[in-house]
Amino acid sequence: MATVTTSASVKTVQVLLAGAGRPDQNTVDFAVRLRRARLGLIVALTAVVMIFVSYSSAYVVRQGLPTLDPRTGTLVRDWLPLQLPNFLLVNTLVLLVSTLAMELARRQAIRTALAHGKQSHAATHTEMDGMPWLGLTAILGLSFLAGQWLVWRELAAAGFYVDTSPSSSFFYLLTGMHGIHLFGGILALFAAGVASLFRKSAASLGVVVDATAWYWHFMTVLWVYILCLLEFAR
Amino acid sequence: MVGGAPLHGWTGYPPLSALQSAGPGEGLGADLWVTSIALFCIGALMSALNFITTTLDMRARGMTLMRMPLTCWAWFITAILGLLAFGVLLSAGILLLLDRNAGTSFFVPLVTINGQLTGHKGGSPLLWQHLFWFFGHPEVYIAILPAMGLCSQLLSVFSRKPIFGYKAMVYAMLSIGFLGFMVWGHHMFMSGMSPYTAFAFSVMTMAIGVPSAIKTFNWLGTIWRGRIRFTSPMLFALGFVSLFISGGISGPFLAQPVLDIPLHDTYFVVGHFHLIMGVASIFGIFGATYYWFPKMFGRMMNESLARWHFFVTLIGTYAVFMPMHYLGMAGHLRRYSQLTELNYLHGLVPLQTFMTYAAFLTIAGQFIFLFNLFWSMKFGKKAADNPWEATTLEWTTATPPPHDNFGGHMPVVYNGPYEYSVPGAPRDFVMQNDPATVEAH
Repeated sequence: MATVTTSASVKTVQVLLAGAGRPDQNTVDFAVRLRRARLGLIVALTAVVMIFVSYSSAYVVRQGLPTLDPRTGTLVRDWLPLQLPNFLLVNTLVLLVSTLAMELARRQAIRTALAHGKQSHAATHTEMDGMPWLGLTAILGLSFLAGQWLVWRELAAAGFYVDTSPSSSFFYLLTGMHGIHLFGGILALFAAGVASLFRKSAASLGVVVDATAWYWHFMTVLWVYILCLLEFAR
Repeated sequence: MVGGAPLHGWTGYPPLSALQSAGPGEGLGADLWVTSIALFCIGALMSALNFITTTLDMRARGMTLMRMPLTCWAWFITAILGLLAFGVLLSAGILLLLDRNAGTSFFVPLVTINGQLTGHKGGSPLLWQHLFWFFGHPEVYIAILPAMGLCSQLLSVFSRKPIFGYKAMVYAMLSIGFLGFMVWGHHMFMSGMSPYTAFAFSVMTMAIGVPSAIKTFNWLGTIWRGRIRFTSPMLFALGFVSLFISGGISGPFLAQPVLDIPLHDTYFVVGHFHLIMGVASIFGIFGATYYWFPKMFGRMMNESLARWHFFVTLIGTYAVFMPMHYLGMAGHLRRYSQLTELNYLHGLVPLQTFMTYAAFLTIAGQFIFLFNLFWSMKFGKKAADNPWEATTLEWTTATPPPHDNFGGHMPVVYNGPYEYSVPGAPRDFVMQNDPATVEAH
């Protein structure tokens, strides 16, 4: 058939705005940009998932491997079970609260974008709606990273270094890789802050905040997964 | 640089690659090698991100997925493979860097160097091999899928016929990509593996023969009774199909552990691999260059030189890589520069000499291409907007294309990409953006 089919983007916009009346052009543009950003994010997160899938399988494989004890000539296990510091629970709580703050910021930013479209965020909202939540998320994120640093210090004080046992190697590896990825999220929060300072449109800010929020939620879920792996697959 | 280049080859197997003191080049050289691989992974992931989102989100109006040229489908599937594979290599690279520099033992077992314990223990070199080949096998499809898509395109354009089985081609490429993630173990039959695991990998590997055969059948179906134009891009597309068959046919042999174990470390694998992945992919690159050169530079490449280049390369590469299968079966080991000390290989030296001359001939043939490339940029015949009478969107715009490719007018797509010899149409091809209704084939 030689018909021009409706592009998928228009359908998505219709779904997104169901019940909101006839959308104007700005709203449609915003919805298309939002969908594009989310698509890019999903693809990027797939790559991140593959990285942690590799580490998880390496973790399980390495855990089951014996090693030769040169003094006795027998096979022994070199995997020392790691007692996770309780402080990790505090960090987890901080991250969970931060993801909540991020979600509030996201909803605020989307509402503002739908209401004000191309106008500058700062021009329409002198008190900078959503910005306090963004700031809180960044502060909580940095606190989480500082807390992870304290956990590393605590483990090191207990004699568990990166090369002490494969269990401690994986602990530093997994927490470190997660920390690096979370730091990327903090940079994105700063980018959103800078975008609002430079009077970017509310729509642009909405897209940045939305993508950052989903990334941030993903990092929270990933952290809970890592914690479960370290705790229950010792 | 102190110590020079790493010793561990492209597969980077530990413990050689994981120990600073394993030899010259395993110090700074190996660190730089691993770091550059990791950076390359990040780059490849970003390009996969770009290709996937662009394909899904930025197609022209009316360009449904099933109206995309097969070249685009191939690049799309390639990008998905890259997205899933390069993250795994990146993780493995980071673990290797930690083993090398932080004293961990992910990959390094208890080993001694010159009688001294290294301090590592308990790691598994096989773990590296699993992670590496989980990337490494999809990687060979990353190299050949774009050529498959491109050659499908060229065979249709120059046979003046629709591609035979468009949907089957798409599904075959998708299943090749999918199966490509389940067969990494066939690179490790020699490394020690449970026979049951090896059997599973073996069956999955041979299963790839099915979509590959579908593709070959459809390529032949496309040119069957077509009005073939033997232009230079078409010659390379036909060469690709030929190489794909002769290189691919030895795949099912090597997929079986019982045959792979004697053949694995011989020239047989080198012959198989270079025909199907090396030369076939490069034929894709040449075909693409001859095909899109006019669009890029506004001039045609010289056809006579292109033919010389094609025949020298085709004959030359067959002369290099076909005898390798015989050498392999005769027990000629790979990875050695010289084996003349071994009596049982003496009789094969003339064949080696022949292959060496053939390699020189093939290399010399590439200078014809290079000369043609640069000469034609300046002195080639002026190209029309659509010199090959092809239907896809790049041929609807000016040659060479204006700044944003379409000069501010985004095209609208009404037809599939392979509408050749349409009954009742004024010409023997219908452009994708031609609004006249075309009955679906």
